[in-house]
Amino acid sequence: MVSGFRLRRRRGTGWGPGSLILAALALAGCGRAEQFPQTVFDPAGPVARIQLDLLMRTLYLVIGIFILVAGVLLYVVFRYRERPGAGDPEQIHGNTQLEMAWTIAPIVALAFIAVPTVRANFAVAEPPPESDPLVVRAVGHQWWFEFQYPDLGVITANELHIPVGRPVKLLLDSEDVIHSFWVPRLAGKTDMIPGYQNTMWIQADEPGTYYGQCAELCGASHAKMRFRVIAVSEEEFQAWVERMQTYTVDVSSSALAARGMELFREKGCFACHAIAGTEFQNRVGPDLTGVGSRTTIAAGTLANTRENLSRWLADPPAIKPGSKMPNLGLKPDEIEALVEFLHSLK
Amino acid sequence: MAVLEQPRQVGLLRRPTSLTGFWSWVTTVDHKRIGILYFWTAFFFLLVGGIEALVMRLQLAHPDLELVTGDRFNELVTMHGTTMIFLAVMPLSSAFFNYMLPLLIGARDVAFPRLNALSYWLYLFGGILLNVSWLFGGAPNAGWFGYAPLTSSVYNLGRGIDFWIQGLQLLGVSSLISAINFIVTIFNMRAPGMSLMRMPVFVWNQLATSFLLLFSLPAVTVALIMLMFDRYFGANFFNAAKGGDAILWQHLFWVFGHPEVYIIILPAMGIVSEVLPTFSRKPLFGYSAVVFSTALIAFLAFGVWSHHMFTVGQGPVVNTVFALTTMTIAIPTGVKIFNWLATLWGGSIRFTTALLYSLGFLSMFTIGGLSGVMHSAAASNLQQHDTYFVVAHFHYVLIGGALFGLFAGIYYWFPKMFGRMLDERLGKWGFWVMLIGFNVTFFPFHFLGLLGMPRRIYTYPAELGLARWNLVSTIGAFILSVGILIFLVNVWKSLRYGEKAGPDPWDGRTLEWSIPSPPPVYNFRRIPYVHTRDPHWARKYPHLAQAEEPPPAATAADSEAEHGIHLPSPSYMPILLALAITVGAFGGVFRNVPLVALGVVGTIVSVYLWSVEGEGGIVVEPEGDA
Repeated sequence: MVSGFRLRRRRGTGWGPGSLILAALALAGCGRAEQFPQTVFDPAGPVARIQLDLLMRTLYLVIGIFILVAGVLLYVVFRYRERPGAGDPEQIHGNTQLEMAWTIAPIVALAFIAVPTVRANFAVAEPPPESDPLVVRAVGHQWWFEFQYPDLGVITANELHIPVGRPVKLLLDSEDVIHSFWVPRLAGKTDMIPGYQNTMWIQADEPGTYYGQCAELCGASHAKMRFRVIAVSEEEFQAWVERMQTYTVDVSSSALAARGMELFREKGCFACHAIAGTEFQNRVGPDLTGVGSRTTIAAGTLANTRENLSRWLADPPAIKPGSKMPNLGLKPDEIEALVEFLHSLK
Repeated sequence: MAVLEQPRQVGLLRRPTSLTGFWSWVTTVDHKRIGILYFWTAFFFLLVGGIEALVMRLQLAHPDLELVTGDRFNELVTMHGTTMIFLAVMPLSSAFFNYMLPLLIGARDVAFPRLNALSYWLYLFGGILLNVSWLFGGAPNAGWFGYAPLTSSVYNLGRGIDFWIQGLQLLGVSSLISAINFIVTIFNMRAPGMSLMRMPVFVWNQLATSFLLLFSLPAVTVALIMLMFDRYFGANFFNAAKGGDAILWQHLFWVFGHPEVYIIILPAMGIVSEVLPTFSRKPLFGYSAVVFSTALIAFLAFGVWSHHMFTVGQGPVVNTVFALTTMTIAIPTGVKIFNWLATLWGGSIRFTTALLYSLGFLSMFTIGGLSGVMHSAAASNLQQHDTYFVVAHFHYVLIGGALFGLFAGIYYWFPKMFGRMLDERLGKWGFWVMLIGFNVTFFPFHFLGLLGMPRRIYTYPAELGLARWNLVSTIGAFILSVGILIFLVNVWKSLRYGEKAGPDPWDGRTLEWSIPSPPPVYNFRRIPYVHTRDPHWARKYPHLAQAEEPPPAATAADSEAEHGIHLPSPSYMPILLALAITVGAFGGVFRNVPLVALGVVGTIVSVYLWSVEGEGGIVVEPEGDA
């Protein structure tokens, strides 16, 4: 990573020249999203970009101040070390003009970041007034994310689908303890608090998969409460919405999947999990509509492969400590059928 | 020291008389002994918290490790933070507050010696109570700021949070008593002639710290009582489902929690303000500016708490207000740093270990302070908040700032406290190893945070690309541990073989250097008359000092030297009272009514006996002709 050292010029910020300092820190050079999917240095939307601009401005200021202080400190330490026979130093008690100067200087320096801070605080609070944001309600649960599209009648979990280039207004809420919604490449975090409805907005400028994670300590599996934001073109998004709205489950082509669906009922899976287009409509755990086409399972913990899904079904708390989904004591052939069924839910 | 007289004791209860041995330590009310008790206890807890940190660093050294479970990790996170703040760093400051305050202001003891002992015992028992939670079914696990509703009985079934509530309450009472004791002492017991503006800057910082404790602790005390009611009696202060408010906890906690940050850093600033002048042979530059900056920092501390809550959805107006108030803190802090630099400027700098740690403080605290300025920018703080970037920030302030400042204090005052010099060569080795280890551990945290690592995660997947800096940090943590080990060896060597320290090994400036090391039980043979700042320096080098007025010919204190010095007797009551309160708290943890009743009755009886125990007092004859 250090050998990488590729300095990425950020677009349209006007802070390019100062990047030399940054290169010295090897910070931005380390910030590419291919290596670091949760980096804040590779913003993919306006909110994260405003935040990075402000962050860089404060960073340049404090690096400048540090160089000044460290420089004076080093000078003093070398220049004024004790020398034999030099006699007593002059006993200076203070200097009013100096005190004035170094009281006023920080005020001026702070103005340099205070004004942009105020502007940015308001810019990241609400989507631009003329825009037509997509509204999504995001609910935190121990330890997974639920996404509801109230205007579209779609509910999904752990993968938030959004169209590129359009602001998304998030209504944040929690079902249990405090969680925090954070997709570093799209926006800083906002907490999901029981009894409150917080809002934030995000927008992705490029199609892609953006990594997110809960950022507030929320119990045993806080580390395994992750999610993805999947940004696609407007057309693809509409297609996805339509598929979710008219979702049907058809297991007639596979006897194994049909047995899996039977087990889904028999073993009580339906008591917690909903699947659109079926009679399963309980939403204690994540909605499983279209789970077969999700990239991960267990809230971003494992890649959605047959092996991983089998491991998960065999003993959820072993993978995710404290998981509300118990070990159901499923036999290998039952797991195989359930995996077949769940993966058929494309 | 010869005891001239043990007056016949009056009152219901005789006070203990032993002046040496085990019981003399249990019953001591001498501020110096209490300071030493604080010192060793705090250092013990520093090692405990350090070991907890090492376990966490091992767990995070590599992606997807399962050395500890998520639950265990949350306990380690919580206990590491709680231990380091309440049981290690604050009490280490308290060790110097207790030991040095009377020496610096020319007094025989603090205003309320028995209360002082009570503070210590409550601290010790509170620390023990918190830590025995490991043995009784699990330690607290909701982070050091214990956000509701993760602490509620719905989401937290074990007893860990109950231990946390009761333990913190004991520590809070201890700190509150200390704060009152120190404020009264500083206002009333300064040597004649020592006006407030002649006080050593360390004492000014102690005064500011004490006021911060006095005004901020009640907020967290109330919050903990409400949490206790929620958990014990089904109250719903923080339960949103029943009309309570989870954010209320955060406000109450941070109204305490932010001043707490300055409670931790101000003592270190005070120490550095004493060490820098001594080793540059110059007075502190801009004494009044430093004093007013200290007061201003303490005042502003109460107006910035919501910057810990930028992500809770307060809206852009509130976030902006708190962003701006937070930025203003940088101004008095900057003034202090510039004045310290100006103190060194033009001096004749002697590179002792104490000075090295002060320079370490100056540079590392500046980094921590500057990343703090970055946090004040609310909009970008939303990215940094609750990530390793914040963890980097506060470790630069707490280790690079507070702990390095306290280590400067240890190397500076150890000879005064124990009468022996610490080895300077080992000391310098220890400093450099600690400085390197500290930076290798914590500088990468800046990168990790901005690369997307939230704090308090017990593991992370390889695909996030966080492995390398985490490994570097873990290696750094072990280097830092070696630095601490070198220090421990140094202390052990010094206590066994150390060179005897004279009264004034550093050519010091303040009153503590005018008396023997360690000081006799009565501190000053004659209470000095103070006619300038840095009175000891002025006496040694009249041509370098600005003596403002000649000392009066004789003071009332002189007669003490002829007729003996009156000192308070030791007392059983402080430890008894602390024990009774602790029994009650322990009963509270287990909801054991008989035990709580025993604690309450014990407390009432102890307070009663405290008030009726004999006045006691001994009169000693000062030695020598100091």
